[in-house]
Amino acid sequence: MSIVDRLNQSLRKIPTWTIYIVGTAWVVWLFYLAATNRMGPEPINALEREYGELGLKLIVLGLMVTPLRKFTGLNLMKFRRAIGVTAFFVVLAHFLVWALLDVGTIGRGWTEIVKRPYVTVGMASFVMLIPLALTSNNLSIRKLGGATWRKLHKLTYPVALFAVVHYLWLVKGFQIEPFVYLILVIVLLALRQSLPNWRATSAKRTA
Amino acid sequence: MAYRWKNDLSLADITPKSVYLNRRQILAGTAGLGAIGLAGGAQAQDALEPNTLEEIRSYNNYYEFGTGKEDPAQNAHNLDTSDWSVKVDGLVDNPGDYALADLLDGLSVEERIYRFRCVEAWSMVVPWNGIELADILSKVGVQETAKYVAFETVVQPDNMIGVQRRVLDFPYVEGLRLDEAMHPLTIMATGLYDEPLANQNGAPIRLVVPWKYGFKSIKSIVRITLTDQEPPTSWNKANAREYGFYSNVNPTVDHPRWSQATERLIGGGLFAGRQDTLMFNGYPEVASLYEGMDLSVDI
Ligand code: HEM
Repeated sequence: MSIVDRLNQSLRKIPTWTIYIVGTAWVVWLFYLAATNRMGPEPINALEREYGELGLKLIVLGLMVTPLRKFTGLNLMKFRRAIGVTAFFVVLAHFLVWALLDVGTIGRGWTEIVKRPYVTVGMASFVMLIPLALTSNNLSIRKLGGATWRKLHKLTYPVALFAVVHYLWLVKGFQIEPFVYLILVIVLLALRQSLPNWRATSAKRTA
Repeated sequence: MAYRWKNDLSLADITPKSVYLNRRQILAGTAGLGAIGLAGGAQAQDALEPNTLEEIRSYNNYYEFGTGKEDPAQNAHNLDTSDWSVKVDGLVDNPGDYALADLLDGLSVEERIYRFRCVEAWSMVVPWNGIELADILSKVGVQETAKYVAFETVVQPDNMIGVQRRVLDFPYVEGLRLDEAMHPLTIMATGLYDEPLANQNGAPIRLVVPWKYGFKSIKSIVRITLTDQEPPTSWNKANAREYGFYSNVNPTVDHPRWSQATERLIGGGLFAGRQDTLMFNGYPEVASLYEGMDLSVDI
């Protein structure tokens, strides 16, 4: 039996709610560190950034599920919804730290959203995540119908792109990390979009 | 020329060193006492409560050592500060490579407790030990045609991880107009809390201009040049739209990415929120330097 098969077999034994438990524990743990001054002398921005980065990682992980199965056979499909919903809650925490602990007032928050392009883009990403989180249940799939639901959930792509642009826009000077995410997201989106087409066209060409 | 500006409070007046190194709370209780009777134009001076040495040494922007706030504290020990010399050139009477001790010989080191405001909208209060830049400039002899002072940070590529990564176009350079440089608030710091500067704080000698955003206060200086042209400055070169030559703290002029109206004071904890940012960072005595200028244009 190959490593992937063995991995898949053990993954099948892990219940999906583990993702929610680990996600929640992680968010609470980070908050605890910040609240007890264990996240450096400026915990507000530190916590904001921790949640932001964790949210982005989960979004990217969610995007990797399909290509991973396609190219390596590793099957994380049953965790995909949990990964997506957890990403939403982490980004919600990111937003709440910003709104309640950082800017603090609605007036200031609104000014930031309107005036700072990086916040505008982050906000757009977050707003698009909301319908995705709300419809991440079997009832919604049934109600919307598979085709509509799949179309709606294509929003994941702009969510990921906007999140990366948000990151690129907020760092100062030339920094590697946001570019690594940018390339990752572009590759992941390209794998979904053009690969079938490319296969189809190359098939046509050889035919 | 020294002692032209007075602190409203001096640490030594208040608390033994062993205590203030760790316990800013004690200062908080007695700061008012220290302030009574001492002169000082700056507003709210008596409320100044220095951050702890630990905070000042662990939360830094020094991109030569990485972009994270903790990176400088972790990486700056590699900086070699032995045999430090400062090249003084341009429109000066006595140019040359000065050993640091020679450059500062005979000049008085004072304590200056200043607000320090980063363009990223956080701030600290730092008890610097330093020498008025004006004293150093008089010593080297500024020629009449000089209008600006340019500064340069050391580059030790092997010891500076951020230089290898080209986060900015290094060496880091900064500059001041001559009247800004000669202002009594402007100092060259060599220590804080009566300890030599830690490398991440810009050892062995750095500029401190308390009414400007922190990036103007260039660290680990190896070169001072007097010129008649406005010198290039690093962040302005990286992004001219966001970082002007003057970069005075100004709550009414927003940076495109950060509102400058408010700031997070380091050390307040997760629930401290923001406080209002003061014009010229609370040093209104410098306003006369900019008379006739439109500070929303000349940022
Ligand atoms: C899908 C949505 C979002 C994602 C994935 C995301 C991700 C990120 C990431 C990766 C960072 C940088 C972390 C680091 O430097 O390590 C960040 C920082 C930040 N984000 Fe977001 N973000 C999102 C939405 C938002 C929203 C809705 C807001 C506010 C309305 C926001 C405000 C901020 C702020 C203020 C920072 C810190 C900027 C600074 O330190 O100067 N983000 N975010």
